[in-house]
This record gives sequence, structure tokens and C-alpha cells, in this order.
Amino acid sequence: MNLMNYLVLSTILFSVGATTVLVRRNAIIAFMGVEMMLNATNLALVTFARINGNLHGQVLAFFVMVVAAAEVVVGLAIIVAIYRTRRSASIDDVNLLKDVRDPA
Amino acid sequence: MTGFDTPQVDWALVAPVLIVLGAAVVGVLLEAFVPAAARRVAQLGVSVTASVAALGAIGWSWHRLNGIDGTALYAMVTPDSLTGFAAPLGALVVDGMTLVSQAIVVVVALLSVLVMADRTASREDAFTPMVSAVPGSQYEQLATSRRMQQTEVYPLVLFATGGMMVFSATADLLTMFVALEVLSLPLYLLSGMARRRRLQSQEASLKYFLLGSFASALFIFGAALIYGSTGSLSFTEIAAATVSPNGLEKLLLVGVLLLMVGLFFKVGAVPFHLWTPDVYQGAPTPITGFMAAGTKVAAFVALVRVVYVMLPGMGWDLAVLVWTVAIATMVVGSVAVLVQNDIKRLLAYSSVAHAGFVLTAVAAGWGTGDKTDGPWAVLVYLLAYALATVGAFTIVALVRERSADGGTTGEATALSQWAGLGRTNPVIAGCFTVFLLSFAGIPLTAGFVGKFAVFAAAVQAGAWPLALVGVLASAVAAFAYFKVIVLMYFPGRDAKVEDAEINTGAGGATVTMARPKAATVVATQGWAAVTIGVCALLSVLLGILPGGVLTAINNILL
Repeated sequence: MNLMNYLVLSTILFSVGATTVLVRRNAIIAFMGVEMMLNATNLALVTFARINGNLHGQVLAFFVMVVAAAEVVVGLAIIVAIYRTRRSASIDDVNLLKDVRDPA
Repeated sequence: MTGFDTPQVDWALVAPVLIVLGAAVVGVLLEAFVPAAARRVAQLGVSVTASVAALGAIGWSWHRLNGIDGTALYAMVTPDSLTGFAAPLGALVVDGMTLVSQAIVVVVALLSVLVMADRTASREDAFTPMVSAVPGSQYEQLATSRRMQQTEVYPLVLFATGGMMVFSATADLLTMFVALEVLSLPLYLLSGMARRRRLQSQEASLKYFLLGSFASALFIFGAALIYGSTGSLSFTEIAAATVSPNGLEKLLLVGVLLLMVGLFFKVGAVPFHLWTPDVYQGAPTPITGFMAAGTKVAAFVALVRVVYVMLPGMGWDLAVLVWTVAIATMVVGSVAVLVQNDIKRLLAYSSVAHAGFVLTAVAAGWGTGDKTDGPWAVLVYLLAYALATVGAFTIVALVRERSADGGTTGEATALSQWAGLGRTNPVIAGCFTVFLLSFAGIPLTAGFVGKFAVFAAAVQAGAWPLALVGVLASAVAAFAYFKVIVLMYFPGRDAKVEDAEINTGAGGATVTMARPKAATVVATQGWAAVTIGVCALLSVLLGILPGGVLTAINNILL
């Protein structure tokens, strides 16, 4: 099977993930989009490792997995804390911090 | 594959990083085994000791590097780099740039830890007693009344510091990605730990996390594409591979673009700066100072490495991108500083503008092929910026609102509340003036030396349009800083503005805003005063007698 197909799939998955982050309004779903981007990267990395004939890509893929796991821990902690405070995980609801127009 | 070659590790070179990360692990253990009452002192002792020891180790490496007058030392080498594949993996390069930036980061961490530890006369530090408690709940009140403390702050800061130190010493994309995450993840958490205005703090944490993880996902996909087109993760091998065309240039170009987006996000360059004001405003102020200074130093050194070590040959294709981003960052940052009425947002946009000034030095020498002063100018600027930033945010942490019973409550961040601070608290206002002048780049402050170095490097490399925009933008930003200084010393002029704010407050709909009371300065326990004093003194000293420091940085870089 042509290795190119894996790269195309990886790009599609990455784009779907990025679109999810930008479009979806639930913090958990948006975060799932980030995870999808990372996993698409893993697919690209192992494919490139196969194409290039060395192991660097596979080693990096392992590190990406570990980092993704650590990111889940931190991310869910933050989202759960927000949810317990506001009873909502919508990104649209977090709007306290913004530029206030100069009163004049 | 001929089995595994054990890499030879030069432990003295990795000692600074090991000390800081080791102390962070010790800090986590302290949380588990030390009784609650003694934790704060223990954590503080570990943090300060580790920072000082790391500085010592950096000094030792500095001495070695000066002695051999060489280029760079690799902390990890394989005995026979021909047979093993370990050579490009786990590469940590210790050169002049590493040592200077690590020294700045550790000093920033040390000064910030002092501010974090300072409980001031109100006997409360900047962090919520119980992060997991819902804001406003009984549980939170109970935690507050029992004077509980979230001492995990110190190990988290040490982890972030360790990440920053590795981030500025990377020689391959793997190390760079891991370091990026090690420095970011603790900061996401620390942003959400403010004692007051906890909703804002949690919101800052969420925004920083979502945008930050998005940016690092782009970064790693870019790294994957670069690996795909060059077959390596090591900077030197990528640089060698990009010289000869192999038909995969488009892949490389897209990869580099994505990688740069990740780095631009970290340094807060336009158009990836939008998180900066929100996160800087919401995060606990000592943390804001720490991350504003530390992250920027580490990320810019990483950017310089990507530009000068990994992709020296791609300047013709990509210098225009960095030029555009640099100009946009300077202009947007400087103009946005003008219209802020919250001191933390003002300093945040100011940091965006400063990112633009540093970018001029990064962009200047790229693609010309000549040896430039770019990296040197970047480091000088970052040193000046870091000192003023830590000092300024420390003062912001001390300027408080008055409570009804004559004590102090949260920070008075509204600019109108700072009116007249020069009369009531001349010392604090004086130090803040020094930092603002340094930000503005007025002669006899460190900021001037930094700006001069950056713009001189740009002109030297033929990038005079960048320097021109930079000078104009600094003039615009300087106006904003002077506005604050005038407000502090001559409050009468802005009294009208203050009244108008009350009448039209909250869009004129539900006007229940009380007249913003003038701020007061809470007395420190002495540690924050040390930070302010050191920052102010060094900002002035570096401005009056820059020679020694500039030559030292120049010598170690050669």
C-alpha cells in the first residue's frame, strides 16, 4: 500500500482536529480536537520514519504520546474547575477578560 | 543497528537543569511528607537553594566555555557517532546563548519566588488557599479561615523554570517539543491559582491552556513535516539537508511555517498575541511577572536557534514573514498600550510591543549569510526587559485597594486608582517610574541599551526599515508610559477622566459602581522589596555602566 495514503489521512485528521478546536464551543470537545491533532501528528511521524528509514520519528511519536497524556491531566483539571464554578464548559461563557472600551 | 552505545554525559553541563528539576521533584515529595505548617518554609528553602546552586553551576560552565574559547559544548555525545543513532537524540547544546539565557531565567525565577513567598502585611500571599474549592463556596471560606496554603506553587515554578532552561538549550526538535510542554503545563495551572478574582483567574487558565495546546499541536505537526522532508530532527542535520534540493521543499516550507506559529505564540507576536492580555490580567501577579519574563527569554532564544542554527539557508524564503510579523507586532502592541486602562493589560500589551522589538533583531541577520549581532542584541534586550518586567509586576502586586476596615484587599489594577501614587508612596512610584522608563527605552536605563543594541543590529544587517518602524513604535509606546508616570505624580489632570468613568460606568446601564478609591501600597515582608530593589538597581546600573555586561555577553557568544 502506498505510504502516501497514510500522510493524506494524517493531514485530514489534523485538519478535522484543528477545525474542531476553532468551531466547537464546548471546552472538552475543543480539547478533544487538540488531542486529535496530536494523534494525527503521530501517524505522520511513524509514516515519515518508515519513508526515511530511521527511527527518529517513532521515538518522537512516543514522546508526543507522553506529552498528550500529561496535557490531558492538566487540561481536564482546568476544565473541571471551571465547570464546577460555572456549571458550564462552554467557551463562549468565559468572557470576563477583555479589552474594556475607554470611557469618554 | 549495532546495539546501543551508551552516551557519554557531561554532567557538569547539565547540572543547572538537573538541579532545578531535581529540586522540583523534591518539592513534590515535600508536599507528601512534610506537615502542612512547615511546608511553606521547606518549599521556599528548596526553591531558593536550587536557584542559587543552579546559578553557581551556570557560572562554572561559563568559566569552562570562556576558557576554551570554543563554539559549543554538547552535553551528551555518543562515543562513536557513526554507528549509533543516539547522536541526534537528547541533544542538549551548551553554548554562550544557553548560559546567558539560563542565567537570566534562573534570576527571574529566584526574584519571582521571593515575590510569591511574600505574604505582605495582610498576611496573605497571592494564591488561593485551596485551588480545588469552588470560588465563593463555604469550603473555600473554611480553607481561608484556617489559613491553608497551596504550596505546590513552588515546585510548579521550578518545573516551569527547568523547562525554560532546556528550551533555550535545545539542539533538536524532540528536546524542543518536550521542553516547550514542560515549561507550558505548569504555567497553565499557575495561571488559575489567584486568591482574588478567581473567576478571571480560572478563565485565564482555560484560555491559556486551550490556545497554548493548540499552538503546540501546530508546532509538533510542523516538526513532523520538517522531519519528513529532511529525515532528521537534529538542527545541524536539518541545516545540512536544506542546502541541497530534494524535491520536498514545499513540505519543509509548510513545516517551518507551522513550527514558527508555535514559537510566535509563545513569544506573543501578532497575530498570535491575543491570549497575552487576558492571561496576564487573570493570572496571579507574581506568576504574571515570572511567565512574562521567563517564557519570553526562553522562547526567543529557541526562535533564534531555529532561525540561525536550523534554517540559516531559508532566510531568503522566510525573512519576509518574520519582517511582517515584527512590524505588525511593534505597531499593534504599541498602539494597544495607549488605550489601556488596566495596569496589567497595559503591561501585557507592552510585552507584545517588546516582542516586536526583539523580533527586529531576530529577523535582521537572517538570509544575509553574514555573521550578525542579532543573537547578542536579543539577549541584551531580553535581560533589560526581564528585569523591568519582574520589577513592574511586583509593584503591581503590592498596590492594593483599601478595605472598609482600613486594611487592604485585592490589587488595584484600574489605572485611575494609581492617580497620586507618587505623592502617597514616593519610593514605590519612583521604582515603577524607573521600570516604565526602562520599558520606554530612555537613556540611562537598561531598556535604552537593549533598544540601541536591537536597532543597531537591524541597521547593521541592512534592515533599516525595521529599525525605523521600531523607533516610531517605541515613541508611541513611550507616550503611554509617560501617561502613567504623569498620572502617578500629577493626578489633578486626570481627575476628570475618573469622574467620567463613574458616570458612564458599565455602559451607562446599571450604574452601581462606586467611585474607584485611590490605591494604597501594602507593606511587604521584605522579600518583594528585595526583588523591586534588585530590579530597579540593575535597570539603572545597566543603563549607566553597560560596558561590562555587554562585553561579557559578547565574549561568551563568540
